[in-house]
Amino acid sequence: MTDDNDASIPKEPAVSHDESGRAVATRDGEHALPERFENPGLPPHVHRQGDHDEAAAKRSERQVAALFTISMLATVLFVVAYAMIGKDDDVTLPILGKVHALNVALGVTLAFSLLGIGLGAIHWAKTLMSDEEVVEERHTLRSDDEARAGAIKVLTDGAESAQINRRPLIKYTLGGALGLFAIPLGLQLVGGLGPFKGDVNDLRTTLWDTGVPVLGANGKPEMKNGKVVTRPRRLMRDPEGTAIRLSDVTLGSVFHVLPEGINNTPEPSNEKVKAAVILISLQENKIKSARERDWGLDGVVAFSKICTHVGCSVGLYEQTTHHLLCPCHQSTFDVTEDCKVIFGPAKRPLPQLKIEVDDDGYLYAPHGFEQPVGPSFWERG
Amino acid sequence: MSEQTKARSTADALRTDDKTDSPAGDGGPVGAIANWVDERTGAAKGVRFLLKKVFPDHWSFMLGEIAMYSLVILLISGTFLTFWFVPSMGETTYTGSYVPLKGVDMSQAFASTVKISMDVKGGLLIRQIHHWSALIFVVSIALHMFRVFFTGAFRKPREINWIIGLLLAMLAMVEGFIGYSLPDDLLSGTGIRAMQGFILSIPIIGTYISYILFGGGFPGQDIIPRFFTIHVLLLPAVLVGLFTAHIILVMVHKHTQYPGPGRTNKNVVGFPMMPVYAAKAGGFFFVVFGITALIAGLVSINPIWMYGPYEPTMITAGSQPDWYMGFADGALRLLPGFLEFNLFGKTWSFNVMIGAILMIPILWTVMGLYPFIEKWVTGDNEEHHLLDRPRNRPTRTGLGMAAITFYGILFAACGNDIIAIKFHLSIDDITETFRVALIVAPIVVFWVVKRLCLSLQRYDRDLVLHGRESGRLVRTSKGRFFEAHEALGDYDRWRLVSFDSPEPIGLPPATDEHGVRRKGARKDRLRARLSHYYFKDRVEPVTPMELAAAHHDGHAAEAIESHPDEAESGHMHGGAEEIGAAHAYGHPTPHDKQD
Amino acid sequence: MSSLVARRRHPAAIAIVLLLGLILTGGLYAAFAPKDADAAATSSQAVAAGHKLFLSNCATCHGVNATGTDAAPSLVGVGAAAVDFQVGTGRMPLANPGVQAERGKVQFNSTEISQLSAYVASLGTGPSIPSSSLTSGGGDIAKGGELFRVNCAMCHNFAGSGGALTRGKFAPNLMDVSGRHIYEAMLTGPQSMPVFNNSNLSPQDKKDIISFLMNVKTEASPGGWSMGNLGPVTEGLFAWTIGIGMLIFIAVWLGKKAA
Repeated sequence: MTDDNDASIPKEPAVSHDESGRAVATRDGEHALPERFENPGLPPHVHRQGDHDEAAAKRSERQVAALFTISMLATVLFVVAYAMIGKDDDVTLPILGKVHALNVALGVTLAFSLLGIGLGAIHWAKTLMSDEEVVEERHTLRSDDEARAGAIKVLTDGAESAQINRRPLIKYTLGGALGLFAIPLGLQLVGGLGPFKGDVNDLRTTLWDTGVPVLGANGKPEMKNGKVVTRPRRLMRDPEGTAIRLSDVTLGSVFHVLPEGINNTPEPSNEKVKAAVILISLQENKIKSARERDWGLDGVVAFSKICTHVGCSVGLYEQTTHHLLCPCHQSTFDVTEDCKVIFGPAKRPLPQLKIEVDDDGYLYAPHGFEQPVGPSFWERG
Repeated sequence: MSEQTKARSTADALRTDDKTDSPAGDGGPVGAIANWVDERTGAAKGVRFLLKKVFPDHWSFMLGEIAMYSLVILLISGTFLTFWFVPSMGETTYTGSYVPLKGVDMSQAFASTVKISMDVKGGLLIRQIHHWSALIFVVSIALHMFRVFFTGAFRKPREINWIIGLLLAMLAMVEGFIGYSLPDDLLSGTGIRAMQGFILSIPIIGTYISYILFGGGFPGQDIIPRFFTIHVLLLPAVLVGLFTAHIILVMVHKHTQYPGPGRTNKNVVGFPMMPVYAAKAGGFFFVVFGITALIAGLVSINPIWMYGPYEPTMITAGSQPDWYMGFADGALRLLPGFLEFNLFGKTWSFNVMIGAILMIPILWTVMGLYPFIEKWVTGDNEEHHLLDRPRNRPTRTGLGMAAITFYGILFAACGNDIIAIKFHLSIDDITETFRVALIVAPIVVFWVVKRLCLSLQRYDRDLVLHGRESGRLVRTSKGRFFEAHEALGDYDRWRLVSFDSPEPIGLPPATDEHGVRRKGARKDRLRARLSHYYFKDRVEPVTPMELAAAHHDGHAAEAIESHPDEAESGHMHGGAEEIGAAHAYGHPTPHDKQD
Repeated sequence: MSSLVARRRHPAAIAIVLLLGLILTGGLYAAFAPKDADAAATSSQAVAAGHKLFLSNCATCHGVNATGTDAAPSLVGVGAAAVDFQVGTGRMPLANPGVQAERGKVQFNSTEISQLSAYVASLGTGPSIPSSSLTSGGGDIAKGGELFRVNCAMCHNFAGSGGALTRGKFAPNLMDVSGRHIYEAMLTGPQSMPVFNNSNLSPQDKKDIISFLMNVKTEASPGGWSMGNLGPVTEGLFAWTIGIGMLIFIAVWLGKKAA
């Protein structure tokens, strides 16, 4: 209950509800209440121990000095470690296991040499430097109108003096010249970096498409009608480079294969990244695709080892499920069905390499892949 | 006077202003040097200006500093490495001291990196400092970006800096990728091969770009030297330039600050550069360097001698890029294969393109536009130098957490095979789960976080209106017990009531006063809809009037609403209706006068 | 009364009696427990003993004649090496049916394992147990490393730390596997693992690979804690947790007011 006229009784605020239903009091005693709370200003400064207690300040000083001293000691230890620990010295530590002593020693001493300075400086700032808060005023970033007018004037005066607006010919040809001058630099760089025609033919062919020269009795390539006689390439073990016999491939085997003669090419790595093949032996009756059976030999089949997603090596063959897994993004290929994709982000199956066996029992590829290997590209079609 | 004398005196007269008198100072040797420099550069003005600058104190402002110092550490350690690293793919046979590689053929890049690691004293430490620093660099950039986003520090006048920051983030990731690819080891070489696969998926020009970049087919002989040029010359120059612009803008705008007593939109409260910040920030550089060196001394990173040299036919299980590229690799693991198809005789590989080529530009564009979108939605054209508490911007915070969830799932998907072996799960199931979660989880997280923010805001209101529980139990004559509350002091309260709660922008009339249909009415409708989406759920800060009502009128105080429609959802404060409110709130000694 | 009887209620009495009891029991057991059968038993003895063990422990799944059932494959021709590997690593007898048989507690002692191996070897020719000269290391570590990276790292990871296969299967960590079992696994291709016969990886190749793996296990990790050699995932996790955690800790300390 309020009595507005009696000044001796403290006025209670009149409580009402605003239009949104909230309870509000329009007055607090005699004062009208502001719309929003006001900033109370900086809180009173709380002093640190070191501000009034010289002993505490001295303690802080000693702590800072100790940290700086640790830094110096650590630097000395670094030099000692560098001089005295050998490159191959090992040390066994908890959690870390057996590690190179030099790396640990240099790392830890360097760390303390730096941390000593850093922690010391920070501790110094926290305990001894003034921690009274300072207020700096901000100024509106917007330049005042005078400055703006001045800027505009300078620009327009300059344009007028240059007569650029009166001389459109200059304006347009300047634009043209500036717009074009970088082209020579760009052309030299881009044109020189690599074959500009984006050699798609290179992406479509592998070393399996060509053969190796047949060597005559004298060790030189045989010639016929002026051309070198070639025979299809054999399948060789990666990395030894020895030819593989069909009889070597027992059930459940996986051989990693490269074409014969790959190390004699001008860029073997470029060839390997397209010609890598995985040779798998599974039970022939498990192979569902007739074409796959036909291109294999008694259940021994050869597929491109380059994933059709983004080109990693697909090496993981699961003998029990007959799946080939690529470890990069988990594309999974089913070896019983033309290596079609059964899981993962790849779309196209791995191309198969037809294999046959020659008179000496070695495996060879009569022709190359029938489609481009590796990741898809625009022109692949 | 002769002609000559007259000419000379005229010439002399012209030259009288050329002499500058330099009053001798008395500052001792330091003063003398300072005088010498100032006379030649006018540096004293700048020194006074810079060293008086005030910086506010909060640990979250250190995140950007961690990034800055990591960049410096990278530049220093990287320069060291260039003295030993050979950026060549020429073949060589290893003859160094590491036994498992003896006699193995490898590129000179790889061989020189093994040499740095094994045969140069302290070389491995420098390499590890460099690589750990790179990881921490991008971690701190990410955390710094989150802090800037959630506190609204990207608002005017800092939109330019936000965009510069995004560019820095992207360039840092690319620089890191190129950097760890330089040693030409099996793991990073696989990454380069995957990169080439991404490039090939680009329509029309993909094969061209691939052949131009690699100087022919993959891998060729050129990619490592070219990466070296980009990593050591081009990108560091751009990074340093952008970072300098970033810092200059921070100086010009002055740093933002969290709301608090004494802090307004027109001031900066903190400590001056000299001496406090020079010591703290300068010291922090040594701390960052020291911690990085400590980690580099104790924890192994990128043991390239174990991966072996890159061979196109080899691969290791657990092939992942460094963490900051993980989200892109994760996207590639999740995108299904049917997204690749043939059309018009060409192959469209969206399964690769979306994750590897399109995702980063799209994400970065969305992030870059965000300040402008929010500005449009709030209609806010003011300069903002006071930060928001994330809870006071529920929609923005929800969107940010949803985006982080989206990123986080992609990031986790990159490690799906490690998750599979460590937790004995099926990698196929993990992948399928992540595919679903990628769509569902951000939506759920958005809703949960937004609701959480609104709850926290209501909690703050409650705190202001009803104070803190003091632990003092009061028993009334009627036998009821209740806990007395202590009102917040002015300083504590300010932080909870100082924020603004924007309202949705209303829709201006579709036609102007002459009945002509206003131009851009459709844009306005979109804007109103977005604004409504942002601000329809709002909690207002407590006003003095509400607080007074809460303190002095027990009955009215009960109906504390956050939303006009929730008129009935007040809560009771025991005892306020039984004893005088003046006794229930804020008095430290019990009053025995009761109603 | 004898001094012993007088002390029968001494607190230490019970402890001494227990100790004596333990010594007695242990000694009796040691004296009377069945000794390991003489390893130099004749091979037909071994085959017979192996057959008995087989019937009690393996026949339910592998069939009475080891020709296989729906539950398990035929063991004819798998050779002694396969048995030595499977039983010697505790994979067999199969503890739980799952996506793959995992290494577990070895259920038989070495004599029993060699008896089982002898029995299965007698069923048909198959790979035999390698001699210790091939499985104790001493090969060309560098060559072994190259072979490992071509043939093995895609499943087992570059350091033999293991890797994921499809549907919850995995290639295990190789660090605690004996040279002999590694050899036998390569030779027999257990479960998902392909067969690396001696024409694919010659005995010397296998020896080199084993030497490489032994070296991985014993060599120092030059840079420090290797975190299991799992690659960038663990490194990123470390940076996001301990790395930045330490720095934020110091940043918080930096910003706090001093006492």
